Amino acid sequence: MKTGKTFGVAAIVVVLLACFPFGVSGYILGLLTLAFYFAVFAMSWDLLFGFAGEVNFGPSFLIGVGAYTAGLLNHYAGFPIWACVIIGALASVIAGLLLAIPALRLRGPYFGLVTLVAVLLLQNVIVLFAGITGGEIGLDLPDVLSIDDSNNYWIALAFMSISGALLFGLSRSAVGLILQASGQDAMQASALGFNVTKHKLAAFCVSALFSGLAGAMLIFYEGTASVGTVVDIAVGVQVIIAAVLGGRRTILGAALGAVFLIVAGELLRPLGELSTFVVSAVALVVILFFPGGFLGTLLHTGDR
Amino acid sequence: MESLQILIDGFAISSLYALGAMGFTLIFGVSGVLNLSHGAIMVTAAVIAWAMASSLGVGPYLGAAAGVLAAVITSFATYLLVVRPIQTSRRIAREEKEIFVLTGTLLWGIMLQEAIAYLFTSNPKTVLPLIPGVISILGVRTPMQEVLTAVLSWMVIGLLWLLVNRTRAGKVLLAASINPRGLTILGFELSTIYLYVWGLYGLLAGIAGVLLGSFLGVSSDNVGQLTASAFSIVVLGGLGSVSGSLLGAYVVGYLETITAYLISPSIRTVPVLLLLVLVVYLRPQGLLGRR
Repeated sequence: MKTGKTFGVAAIVVVLLACFPFGVSGYILGLLTLAFYFAVFAMSWDLLFGFAGEVNFGPSFLIGVGAYTAGLLNHYAGFPIWACVIIGALASVIAGLLLAIPALRLRGPYFGLVTLVAVLLLQNVIVLFAGITGGEIGLDLPDVLSIDDSNNYWIALAFMSISGALLFGLSRSAVGLILQASGQDAMQASALGFNVTKHKLAAFCVSALFSGLAGAMLIFYEGTASVGTVVDIAVGVQVIIAAVLGGRRTILGAALGAVFLIVAGELLRPLGELSTFVVSAVALVVILFFPGGFLGTLLHTGDR
Repeated sequence: MESLQILIDGFAISSLYALGAMGFTLIFGVSGVLNLSHGAIMVTAAVIAWAMASSLGVGPYLGAAAGVLAAVITSFATYLLVVRPIQTSRRIAREEKEIFVLTGTLLWGIMLQEAIAYLFTSNPKTVLPLIPGVISILGVRTPMQEVLTAVLSWMVIGLLWLLVNRTRAGKVLLAASINPRGLTILGFELSTIYLYVWGLYGLLAGIAGVLLGSFLGVSSDNVGQLTASAFSIVVLGGLGSVSGSLLGAYVVGYLETITAYLISPSIRTVPVLLLLVLVVYLRPQGLLGRR
């Protein structure tokens, strides 16, 4: 019932956004392009946390594996972009399965720690093999998606819209409901005859697939792959904040949160070092007073 | 010679890690909170101690005291402004409290980190040593501060042990970690106990922070690393197990020191991370944890 309405509103927003390049400066387009890729990160994370109930502290592990696989293939083997992005995404899915194995055995904080360690290990590997990966300076890529601001913007917008539609549709489907049940009470869900393991594995694969795709596309937009943009724990933290801020278990809220975070970070840039402080403070206040996040609060008041 | 050096350095670092992890495990054991602003509280203590001792010139002792006091205040603020509102909120479902506390304390830690970086810059700072000078232990030249770090860490851990096992207040803490509901039935106010635990936690994190600042030096960029290392030590030893945390601290401290000396300082943390993954897979409850 509400699904149709949400889809309608989202479609209108996307159409409006698609008109931006005709009247907005390249600087704002670049900012939004970055925000759109971030939105996909946050939506993928929300599928794992909000629905499958898995607290993944290392979304940047999945993102980083996809991004660096794609980047290395492009840099050394000279594969075309589309091939790099696809292989990168597949590598992310394998990374997702690696994370899923402990997730099916461990609970709460233990799984969280494993995901955190996965990021730290990936970061260490990249820095250790700096000769191949470019280390902390980054890996420059011979190919870029496009050199035109508007084209880049449209590619990112289309990518985000399609990913969002697929993830949102999935979350509202029967599979999404089973996932939600498995996340909240795995015992009861399996007692009802649902295969919890299979559904959780699927959630990990889907989340990893979109994280990897977005990570790989992001580096081809920027023309360089670096630890700071796709692997660092700070990136993962931002993804989590975006998803919780926008409203967990809503998928589309995560996209909203991501765009808000990126744009707010930029608007507050004149504050210098204090900008991160202010963004964190705002996020904390939202979490404390509106735990449903932007979209959760919005939908909730609409109910009454 | 080198092995002796590793033995001594490893011991001092491990003792400090043990002290740092003690507060973390205490808070988790008693109130079930994983405090991701742990590193930020330690750095706050160290930076305040540095600022008081170096800039205001009140001397190392008063500076250290000010640092510990700052940690206690920050710890109370963490509980009252972040953790308690989430725990008592009726709008957050009970099964989601954990992730909210994690996200909330994480954000709070970032705020502290940024505030410190803004007010005091993110340059590394070394707190004035309480006792300057160098002594020779079996031929190894060791700074007095390093010896003091190990001794003080163990003294504080010993005092904590006495407090928990030998005093009435400690028994109440133990009871709160085992059966909080039973304790409330006996007429104890849980929120008072939690306040008291957070105070104690601030004290522990503060002492650890000041010692860390004078031994290795700190910068606001270390916040994440410090939280992660306390978290790993506690999980390695077994969540909520005090002896486990001690063991975990020594395993981590020595493994890091050996790696840094024998292989390369640049991969200092890698073996620990690998060990951690291995332990979590094979023995999720940690080395000394119970299921």
